[in-house]
Amino acid sequence: MFAYVVKRLLAGVVVLAVVSAAIFILFWYGPQSPARPICDRETNNRCSPVRLERYERSLGYQNPVYEEYGKFVKGVFVGRTITIYPTDYKCPAPCLGYSYRTKVPVWDEMKVRLPATLSVAFGGAALYLLFGVPIGVAAARRRGSLSDKALVSSFLVLSSVPYYLFALLTWLYLTLIFEIPLFSQTGYFKITDNPAKWFAGMLLAWVALGIYGCTQYTRYSRGAMVEALSEDYIRTAKAKGLPPRTVVYKHALRAALVPIVTIFGIDVGTLLAGTIFTERIFEIQGIGFWSLEAVVARDLPVVAATALFGATMLIAANIIVDVVYSILDPRVRLS
Amino acid sequence: MTEQTSTSTASLRAGADPDEAYLVVDDLTVTFPTEDGPLTAVSDLSYSVELGKTLGIVGESGSGKSVSSMAVLGLHDTKSAKISGSIRIGGTEVVGLSEARMRKLRGNQVAMIFQDALAALHPFYKIGGQLAEAYLVHHPNASKRDARRKAVEMLDRVGIPQPDRRVDDFPHQFSGGMRQRAMIAMGLINDPSLLIADEPTTALDVTVQAQILDLLQDLQREFNSAVIIITHDLGVIAEMADDVLVMYAGRCVEYGPGKEILTHPEMPYTWGLLSSVPDVTADTNARLIPIPGNPPSLLSPPSGCQFHPRCLHRDKVPGDLCRTELPALLPGSRGAGHVKRCHLANPDEVYRAEVLPEIAPELVEEN
Amino acid sequence: MSDLNLDKFEDRPATAEVSETPTDRREQISFADLAAKGHKPATLDVNAKPVLSVDNLKMYFPVKSSGLLRRTVGYVQAVDGISFQVPSGGSLGLVGESGCGKSTTGRLITRLYTPTAGTMKFGDIQEDIAHMSPRKLKPLRRNVQMIFQDPYTSLNPRHTVGAIVGAPLSVHNVVPKNKILPRVQELLEVVGLNPEHYNRYPNEFSGGQRQRIGIARALTLNPKLLVADEPVSALDVSIQAQVINLLQDLQREFDIAFLFIAHDLAVVRHFCPEVAVMYLGKIVEIADRETIYGRAHHPYTQALLSAVPDVKQAAIGGRRERIRLEGDVPSPINPPSGCRFRTRCSLAQEICAKVEPPLLQIGPRHKVACHFAGELGHHPQTPVTKELLGVDDQGSPVPGSTPTPVELGPTWSDRWFDVKSKTMVSA
Repeated sequence: MFAYVVKRLLAGVVVLAVVSAAIFILFWYGPQSPARPICDRETNNRCSPVRLERYERSLGYQNPVYEEYGKFVKGVFVGRTITIYPTDYKCPAPCLGYSYRTKVPVWDEMKVRLPATLSVAFGGAALYLLFGVPIGVAAARRRGSLSDKALVSSFLVLSSVPYYLFALLTWLYLTLIFEIPLFSQTGYFKITDNPAKWFAGMLLAWVALGIYGCTQYTRYSRGAMVEALSEDYIRTAKAKGLPPRTVVYKHALRAALVPIVTIFGIDVGTLLAGTIFTERIFEIQGIGFWSLEAVVARDLPVVAATALFGATMLIAANIIVDVVYSILDPRVRLS
Repeated sequence: MTEQTSTSTASLRAGADPDEAYLVVDDLTVTFPTEDGPLTAVSDLSYSVELGKTLGIVGESGSGKSVSSMAVLGLHDTKSAKISGSIRIGGTEVVGLSEARMRKLRGNQVAMIFQDALAALHPFYKIGGQLAEAYLVHHPNASKRDARRKAVEMLDRVGIPQPDRRVDDFPHQFSGGMRQRAMIAMGLINDPSLLIADEPTTALDVTVQAQILDLLQDLQREFNSAVIIITHDLGVIAEMADDVLVMYAGRCVEYGPGKEILTHPEMPYTWGLLSSVPDVTADTNARLIPIPGNPPSLLSPPSGCQFHPRCLHRDKVPGDLCRTELPALLPGSRGAGHVKRCHLANPDEVYRAEVLPEIAPELVEEN
Repeated sequence: MSDLNLDKFEDRPATAEVSETPTDRREQISFADLAAKGHKPATLDVNAKPVLSVDNLKMYFPVKSSGLLRRTVGYVQAVDGISFQVPSGGSLGLVGESGCGKSTTGRLITRLYTPTAGTMKFGDIQEDIAHMSPRKLKPLRRNVQMIFQDPYTSLNPRHTVGAIVGAPLSVHNVVPKNKILPRVQELLEVVGLNPEHYNRYPNEFSGGQRQRIGIARALTLNPKLLVADEPVSALDVSIQAQVINLLQDLQREFDIAFLFIAHDLAVVRHFCPEVAVMYLGKIVEIADRETIYGRAHHPYTQALLSAVPDVKQAAIGGRRERIRLEGDVPSPINPPSGCRFRTRCSLAQEICAKVEPPLLQIGPRHKVACHFAGELGHHPQTPVTKELLGVDDQGSPVPGSTPTPVELGPTWSDRWFDVKSKTMVSA
């Protein structure tokens, strides 16, 4: 088991290295010089080739790409000094670059926004499971019945609506039109300051995410349960005289969880990478929205850093899913 | 109540008081609704099994053998399957019994073991855990330690080496034969009075099969349980079964002591089964004579005798009787203990004269 | 030949739940007629030339460690040096239990695997196909085809029957496109199916019919050798006999040789005049039908035969007396030294652990690999092979003795070693 986890971690590190190099190279060889945005900003859009060259040299863009990548990786571990002409900026570890807009280390800005993203992500993910799986299980048990058909079709309708529309409508009706006090103030409020306010601020985002996302989970859970319930070992369980709840939850659901966990892991990774719509609509200062702003403002270091952050989250999620697999399915861990 | 019907097979078996046998099935009919209409999987089936005896049920796909056994355990979905007739286990009527009371019987007084042990055991739980679960559900006051001890005891009883270590293994870590033994252990952990084994050795090697059959016989002797073995292997039936029930298209077509059925069968389907299965010790001049055609459709079964389209002896029955009238289950020429569903007037002669010389020439002189 | 399957006469569609034919449309066959058409077991032709000659065939599958670096830590010796011949137009049965290597052998013959060692010589010119390149192999693939066990999973459910049966024709460019359909229909008829059904999908047919489709596909290119891997074990008993008879008819009509791999000893006995018994990757006994089933000399064969349940036992009552084998089959990664069967054999002595018994010819058509080969109840007390191999009773080499070179190939010789007299005799 331990060897299995170690192998997965090592594989994850390798993937991360490859992804970070790919991101780095992508920005390096982009359509314009990576120093162009900062040049435009500093010179009020009057960036001459001479000035551009000065910025490029200071930021190291005239050095070979692998050398700069090496410096970047080293900087993540021990920190480095970044020069944006004409000033030197000290960038302590973990150094992900300096924001072109705010001249503040990217990591500092990310640190501030991380709790918001984590709150949205984990809360939403929890609701995916909390709503999705029980409804899916219930539908599977009543397969073919009227309630099953009604459930499946209504969820189909719901998932056909684009998410941003659903989130906007939720906000529109619950906050603006019906003015439900619980949903009046959305946004991220520090959990340490006032947990109740934090909860109330997140609630609408969770509800929107949860209800929308759980449609997928009801479908997966239903499908996985239907398949699990038709397996031979369910017939054995019934023949042993086990009560229906034990058969469904202990025997069938345990088997059905495997495909559900796969998708769940990837979804959590995606959520952590940043939910742009949710953050924008519900005014949550998270990483997702921040990355959108950075793209618009051509703040390359931030864009690169958030891309790297997203990749890291997805890789971590995959590793966790693999480990959870091996806990669920003994055949995986012992083969 | 069906016990009083004079055509019930149970009462035809002279001397056998239906209330003595532990399991009595009377006129069982099981119908399923399908997209193409109602499908009658079992029709008017009657048989009985006493404690300490073995009944072998022979049939092919679509014969209804598995459906009837699942009905004994009440494993059919009551919302869709329509079950009529009577099934009495130890005197308790099971048809129409509430689910809660049925569950008390399942795995307790009546146990069932299945064909493919790898698929029939949960792959994610340890063998010991699954055995303990079977014990605990019927002994709720027992402790987990008691249950585990019982599990180890049963694994040892069925011949699994190092049971105290293997009790923590998963099903995929066992070999095929060991897995089947573990499943038998799970079935017998609560000392059931009736054990139903659905194709218990079909997926196993022949030497392993022999070991498993030995085990079943030993355990039957020890626990004095009634055993039903469902199989298509006539050799297994010959060695294990006291009584034999041959099923075709959901009906009983021949029923009686194994010795009689396999040496003096009186129904063309049984002849067909015997003639189409090669024998390891047979005369090398014995021909392999298959049963022509295919198993019947249960949605639109043949009229009259359901075997008639494949029967090679229709011409021996006057008129169109085979096509128009379903034969009743009547005693054969060897006494009331042996019943068969066929219009032939003198099947024993036909068998002796025509069939036997072809399929087992070396036995002709003995007869 | 295909009177036994009545699909040809049906006008109604064949469905998975195959419906019976209305009686008045069908001819009544009497039992006597059918019995006359019934098939006796095939007979052995000792003079037939071999279509397949396998010599010292080995297949080792590497076992990788589960650590970070996947090194090869051992080998699964699935097939460990087997030699046999299949006569042209005849059949050889290959029996054994799980893990004996018979299925792997079948796949080796059809080159689904490439053997680790050994030769497989095929055809009139006896070319070695063991290590042939795929390009050279392609035309030869027409001559060796395989019938698989499970008719439910071995046919692609998305292809029509016509596509399945016709695929080999288009792959090998044997006939022009417009001739494919007639050939397909001809083949469907040959196996007893309705030729008009070529546009149907496999799930519309029953198990027995699907197996016939598989057989038709195998016949498409007129192969000289068919490897049948458990061709009837997934079928209902009454259908098994139909398919076995069909295979016998096809063999007679098209002069096809069969390598018949099965675990059902009774079926093999009916179909194959010659049988080889495998255990843990080796052939332990190979002989003609009467010898194997009547006078087997290897303790494993004897145990196997005694374990088969017998219908005739019903007359006697109770279980047959059988030879009980102790223990479990050993792992093929680490097989026992010397004779692989010794861990479960009641006759095993020291020599069995030290010296592996060679597959020795002990009769005109009988080879056995056992130091104590003998009929049931008459096994010798001392090893019969000791002089041949130049060892003493315990298996230690005797200094100064010259072991007789033992012919280990697939062929049958006119001289063999008689176990009773312990001398070489001639025919």
